[in-house]
Parts: sequence; C-alpha cells; structure tokens
Amino acid sequence: MNPTLRHIRHVLSENPVTGLAFAGFAAILLLALFGPLIAPYDPLASNTDQALRAPCWEYWFGTDHLGRDIFSRVIVATRLDVQISLAAVALSFALGAPLGICAGWYGGRTDRMIGRVVDTIMAFPLFVLAMGIVAALGNSVVNIVYATAIINMPFYARMARAETNARREAGFVEAARLSGNGDARILAAHIFPNILPPMMVQVSLNLGYAILNAAGLSFIGLGVRPPTPEWGIMVAEGSAYIVSGEWCVALFPGLALMLAVFCFNLLGDGLRDIIDPRRRT
Amino acid sequence: MNLLEIERLSLEFRTRGGTVRALEDVSLAVGKGETLGVVGESGSGKSVLSFAVMGISDAAATVTNGAVRFEGLDLLGDGRSALDELRGAEMSMIFQNPRVALNPIRMVGKQIADVLSRHAGVTRDQAKTRAVEMLAKVRIPDPERRARAYPFEMSGGMCQRVMIALALACSPKLLIADEPTTGLDVTTQAAIMDLIGDLARESRMSTILITHDLALAAERCDRIAVMHAGHVVEVATTAELFAHPRHPYTAKLIATTPRPGVGLAELEPVPGALPDLRGDLPSCRYSARCERRQEECADGPLARLIDPTNAHLVACRRPL
Amino acid sequence: MIAHLILRRLLGAIPSLVAVVVVTFLLTRALPGDPAAYFAGPAATPQAIEEIRHKLGLDKSLPLQFVDYLGDLARGEFGQSLTTGQPVAQDILARLPASVELTLAGLILALIVALPLGVAAATRPGSWIDHLARVVSTAGVSLPVFFTGLLLVYVFYYLLGWAPAPMGRLDLFTSAPRTITGFFLIDSLLTGEFATFRAAAAQLTLPALTLALFSVAPLARMTRASMLGVLSSDFVRTARANGLSRGTVLVTYALRNALLPVVTTLGMVFSFLLGANVLVEKVFSWPGIGSYAIEALVASDYAPVQGFILTMAVLYVTLNLLIDVLYGLIDPRVRIEA
Repeated sequence: MNPTLRHIRHVLSENPVTGLAFAGFAAILLLALFGPLIAPYDPLASNTDQALRAPCWEYWFGTDHLGRDIFSRVIVATRLDVQISLAAVALSFALGAPLGICAGWYGGRTDRMIGRVVDTIMAFPLFVLAMGIVAALGNSVVNIVYATAIINMPFYARMARAETNARREAGFVEAARLSGNGDARILAAHIFPNILPPMMVQVSLNLGYAILNAAGLSFIGLGVRPPTPEWGIMVAEGSAYIVSGEWCVALFPGLALMLAVFCFNLLGDGLRDIIDPRRRT
Repeated sequence: MNLLEIERLSLEFRTRGGTVRALEDVSLAVGKGETLGVVGESGSGKSVLSFAVMGISDAAATVTNGAVRFEGLDLLGDGRSALDELRGAEMSMIFQNPRVALNPIRMVGKQIADVLSRHAGVTRDQAKTRAVEMLAKVRIPDPERRARAYPFEMSGGMCQRVMIALALACSPKLLIADEPTTGLDVTTQAAIMDLIGDLARESRMSTILITHDLALAAERCDRIAVMHAGHVVEVATTAELFAHPRHPYTAKLIATTPRPGVGLAELEPVPGALPDLRGDLPSCRYSARCERRQEECADGPLARLIDPTNAHLVACRRPL
Repeated sequence: MIAHLILRRLLGAIPSLVAVVVVTFLLTRALPGDPAAYFAGPAATPQAIEEIRHKLGLDKSLPLQFVDYLGDLARGEFGQSLTTGQPVAQDILARLPASVELTLAGLILALIVALPLGVAAATRPGSWIDHLARVVSTAGVSLPVFFTGLLLVYVFYYLLGWAPAPMGRLDLFTSAPRTITGFFLIDSLLTGEFATFRAAAAQLTLPALTLALFSVAPLARMTRASMLGVLSSDFVRTARANGLSRGTVLVTYALRNALLPVVTTLGMVFSFLLGANVLVEKVFSWPGIGSYAIEALVASDYAPVQGFILTMAVLYVTLNLLIDVLYGLIDPRVRIEA
C-alpha cells in the first residue's frame, strides 16, 4: 500500500471521529445534490389546516406556521446553504491565495500594500462588515456570497503569505530557479502545490464559518428572502414560536446548521492530523 | 556517610512508540563536599538521571526499580513527601541555556525572592534584600539595579549567574549542574565554572557536574562517572580514569577529547551511534559498538570489576 | 514607560482608524436610498430634489464629499434616523451601553469558564477534563449563536421558567436605574437599587450565557495549547527544580506566560463577539445598537446603519488598542522595547 494511504489509514484508526466527519461531509453533499428528490413534500406548499404540528408520522419534523413540512424544507435548504458557503470559500480562496503568495514571495512594497488591504478588512468586526457590504451592495443571495468571501479573504492571504515566505528559500525553489523557471512558473508550479495542503485545512474550517455567517445574515433579514427554504431564515421564522413552546420550527433547521458546521470543523481537524500530525491540539 | 546515594535505579519512558528504557541499574554515590562528574554523549541518560534525583521527571517517566537516598532519606519511597521541601533548599539544580531557563516576564530579583520566601522562612521584604545579596555573591555588578532587570535584558553569562544565585539562595548541600556552560562563550564558561567551584568550596557543598565535555570534567571534578545508553559503565577518580581507563567506551571517549600534545587530526570519534533504547537490548549496551566484543557480552549479568584500593568500578566483561 | 507604550499604540491605531473611516464612507456612498429624495419629501419635483442634493453637497466630487464626511464625523453628525426621528449619534449613544454591557458580560463569563478549563486540560493531558475541553472547543465554534440563544430561551424560560421573558434589559415592572455609566448592573448597585440589580442580572444572564458559550471555545483551546507549551518549557522546570509550590509554579510562572497568546486571541474573539452580539440582541430583543441597526436595515433606513458600522469598527479598534496595552502590561519585553 502506498505510504500516503497508509498514513491516512493510521490517522483514521487513531481518531475514528475523522472518518465520521468524512461520512458526514459526503452525506451533506448528497443531500445538497439530491435533496429535492428526497423531500416528501413541496417545501413551499403551505397548508394552514396543518400549521404548527408537532413531529408525527406524516410530518417527521412537524410543520411551521404556514403548515409547510419542516423536514422537506430542512432537506431542500441544504443545497442553498452548501452552495453559498462553497461559492464564498472558493471565491475567498481565489482572492486570498494569490494575494498572499505575491506578498510572501515579493515582500517589500507589494507585501506592505497587500498587508494594508488585509488589515483594513480585519479592522472591522467581520460579521458587522459583512452586514455593511450586503446593505451597500443590495440585499441578495449573490451579495451574501461576496460579503462572506471578502471577510474570509484575510485568513487565506495571511496563511498563503506565511507559507510562501517559509518556502521562499527552500531547496526545491532554488532548484526550480536554477533550471531557468520564471517567477510566475515557480509560484504556480512549485510554491502553490506545496502550500495547498495546509490551505485545504483552512478551507474546511472556513466552510463551517461561511455557513454560520450566511445563516446569521439571513437570520437578521439580509440576503435570502422568505419563502425560500434556508436554515438561518427558518430559525428566524421559528424564533417567534419558541416563547410559546413550539420548538420544532426553529430546532430542526438549527440542528441541521449545527451538524453541518460541526462536520466541517471536525473535517478540518482531521485533515490537519493527516497533513501534520505534530500540530494536533 | 555519603550525601547522595543512587542505588540500582531503573527508569522507563512509556511512549506511543514503545517503552524507552532510559536508565538501567544506575548506582552512584556523592560524598560531602565532593565534585562528581557525569559524562557521556547526549542521549546517554545524564539529564534523565539528574531529573530523577530531583523528582522533576517528565510525566511519561516511571521509576521501575531502585532507590535514591539523600542524607539517608529515601526520596522515591518514604521521603517522597519531603522532596518538595528539599528541592531548592537542600538540593538544587542549574540548567543549560540559562536565557530560556529563567521566567522571561519576571524580574530576576523576584525570581530569587520566590525561592527564598518559599524555603527560608523570610518575609517578602527580607527575601528581596537577600536576593540582592545573592546577586552580589555571584559577582553581578550593580546588583540593586540588576535585581529589577528581566532575563532578556541580560547576557547569557549574566543569566547563568542569576541561575546560580537562584540555586544557591538557600545554601543547598547538593548542586546539580546540568551542562552549565553550554551556549556560553569560552571566557564566560571559565568564569562560570570558577564561580561554581569557589562557592562550592566555601560552603563544602557537593556538586554533580553533568557534561558531554570530558576535558571540562577532568579539570573540575574529583571523580568521574561515564554513562552510555542509560548505563553507568565506569566510575573512578579523575586521575585514575585518565591514567587507566578500563572500559573500552571510556578509552574511546578519552581518545576523542582534545588535549595538549595531540593534534586535532589524531582525534577519532567513537564509532557507531547510541542504540535505540526500545525493545530488547543486549546486557552490555555498548557491545554493538565495541571492538572487543565477544559472544558472552550479549547476555548474562553485566560484570562489575571493582578495584577495592581506589574504588574503581567498571561494567565490562573484558575490561582493558 | 506605560504611558509611552500607550502613546505608541495610539499612534499605531491611526492607520486602522483611517481605513475604517474610508471604508465606511465608501460603503455609505454605495448604500441604496437617496437622501436628497428623502429630505425633499414624496411630493417633490425632480428640480427640488436636485436643489436639495446641491444643498447637501451630494453633487460634489467624491474626494470633496469625503472631506464633508470627515467634517460631519468631527462634529458628531451621523445624520437623522427615519424610524426614530432622532439624530443617529444620539440614538447610538443611548443604546451603546446596553451592547457593551452585554458583550463584556459574555466575555467575562467566557473567561471564567475557559481559563480554568484550558489550564485543567493542559495539566492533565488525556484525562476526562482534557477530552471535555476538546469537545467544547470543537462543538463551541460550531454553534450558531442565534440558535443556542433560542434553545436557552426554550429550556430556561418556556420549560423551566427560571429565566424571565427574552424582552430586553428589564422586565415591565422595573424601571431603569439613574444613568451613571449606562450599565444597569453597575448603576443599580451605585444607586443602591438592589431589586433593579436583580432584575437586570436576570435579564442579562441568558444572552450573556449565549455569547459566552460561543467564545469559550477559542479561548479554552488557546489556553490549553499555550499552557501545554509553557508547562514543558525550561523556566517552568527551573521553578519546579527550585521547589516552588504547585500554585506558584502554575499561576505565577506558567499561567502568566501562557496568557500572552490568549490575550492575542482576544482580538479575534472580540471580532466574533461583536458580530454575534448583533444576533443575540435580535433573539433577546436587547435594546442595543445591533438591534437598532437591524430595525433600520429592515426599514431601509441607512443613516443608522452607517452610524452602527462606524461605531462598531471604532469600538473594535479601541478594544484592540486595550488588548495591546494589556499585553504590554503582562510582557516586559514589549513594554521596555517601546
């Protein structure tokens, strides 16, 4: 068996939770792909006769104030939440990684300018900045993606900068330079593949944060609009019924959100173990 | 009676990779006012031994056998509870890399005062005054001002003086100096060793000097114990050890030590490396590196040839 | 030396403040809604709107508008709120203490739990408390703060009846204490109104707990990791070799050093905390600046939103400044090199 696979197997046997996280991740992706096919009811169809029912055989998770099936809504919402967070994380990776690599590679003025941009973003409490960006760009799902991407960008830029900086003098870089490669080629073909593994850990941890952030924004009424099923907005709709004891409207989407984020975080920790067993905390 | 007696001490580290048998059957004694050198390559168990004596071993370490007696008190048995009171008061220790061995965010005077107010039964104010006196005693200029300095404001040599002040604050009977000059420049090294020697003589304090530097031990110690892979392989007075080394390892070590009249090119390193201390080991752990090895060296109890006239002790079946 | 350090940090915070003001200004210009149209009223002709636009200086170039904006900020002029009809600055000042009290209470609660938990986990690696700390660290960062808030309300208000209704800082039957600091807990103690203190504490408990649950994770994680590092350091070994008592070794030697990275983490924690604060204020109808901003957002009333973002950012820069100074107080290396 090849050593990488053996190492992965060793890490998985040491910490079975990581295996669970991978399984959970697969389940989330499957739900995102096939959710609408699995859902027993139309997530938008209201049926006021059946409003606010507790979980039962017909309605596994109960129904909300408009009599919509919560189970179907939670399942269908997976796609939108996963889409938002994947898109946001991909975007912040695509923005942050090149900036960070350039800052770490060229240093000097480039580094200072990029550092200034990153520091400016970090000077705000991130969620508040995201609120401001969505308010300014307009209240839409796409703008939630942009806002989430912008507030996550500094993490990638800083990490890419540090990792690039650490490898600037490495032997393989020197070898590539001596064999006549230009900067662009060294960065793309040698530096980037080398800093990718630690960045993937960040991506996985960030997916969870991106979902939380997007759900938080829709919870306060930004981005996703009712009646679209989305976990954050469903919790918001359910929040009015908590004080009168109708718990299932908010509970199930909240749990789904929590499980998804938990899964991404465990996955990140697990990836970190696989990539660097020493950094375990 | 000896001040410190280590008797057949064995110690293991239980790690994920297996059990490391770091010390096996180690016996040593230190008399009052005596300076004992413990020499060996790094990894030979010198520091592990000193930590075990002080009772500050790593959590993964387990003593599997043996006794450590300080003034007759068994520190691993009945005397265990007294160890807290002894450490820093009756026996203390100085370490290598003094700059990181001091608390980086506490004034050095306060660090000395901490030890005094713990052991000497003095008030905080008295402790402060005595801390300044201690700094003067280890020949630090302007001790009043230096007491208010932080380790990062001082040179390595100054920090080692502070370490000595810290260790000697309560006039201990035993000082363990673990590579006290490593990381210091050469002139500072001599000054530090002189200081330790002078202060030890003044108060008839016993000293264990742990070093990989045989020349340093030769210069400063009354007796020398040679360690290899967790075993004590030879103990003798300094003069005897250098005149008549009996263990092949000792002989090799001496051959690697620079000395007057021998060119650097003639020095040869000890062949081979320390064995992995996990799993099964031959009874003589040097046998794999030894040119005089015979079949019988691998098993059976380790020979102890004792020369009663000058207490020369060797753990070898075929001594030189 | 401390004064020197503070001065240096103040100067160091200026670029952040400038950045914050510029970004807020740009966001302001991008915000939808035309102030000129608003001030002109619904019946105004395009010509009248144009006139007002000129009067407000909105037809000037962007740099000139920025200068005007700076002038407004200097005079504490944040515009007028459509929803409350009050100047935004006045609204925010009135609501800020509620937000700050909540955030600080959450942080203090979190520290009370996280520090001992992290220390206990680090001193007994592999024990049940270590595992607990691990679970808390991973689970804690996965909790959507608005969801945990609702769960707490359901359990402690609806099911158990221990907590009061999640309706702001005081129940209907208690009146606010005389304003001294604006913090109800402190003001009620200062004025000796103990019944008010109890009512305010009861209202504060659940939202503060929600914030604490959320920020315990990063703090406990960092405390554990940095304590583990410090405990295996050479100077802790020295302290043990000198026979210092377990308490002295653990607190004076290990913990004080281990706090340095924890203090650094506080910056990130505050960033999350101030954001989470907005959500928690909505869940508990807390009359702070977060719920003020949400109400304004929903009503497309943008002047309060601008004021809110700027206030939060300035608050955050200030907190980071305090963190820097605190770091300097603990670490002489920073203080003396300053």
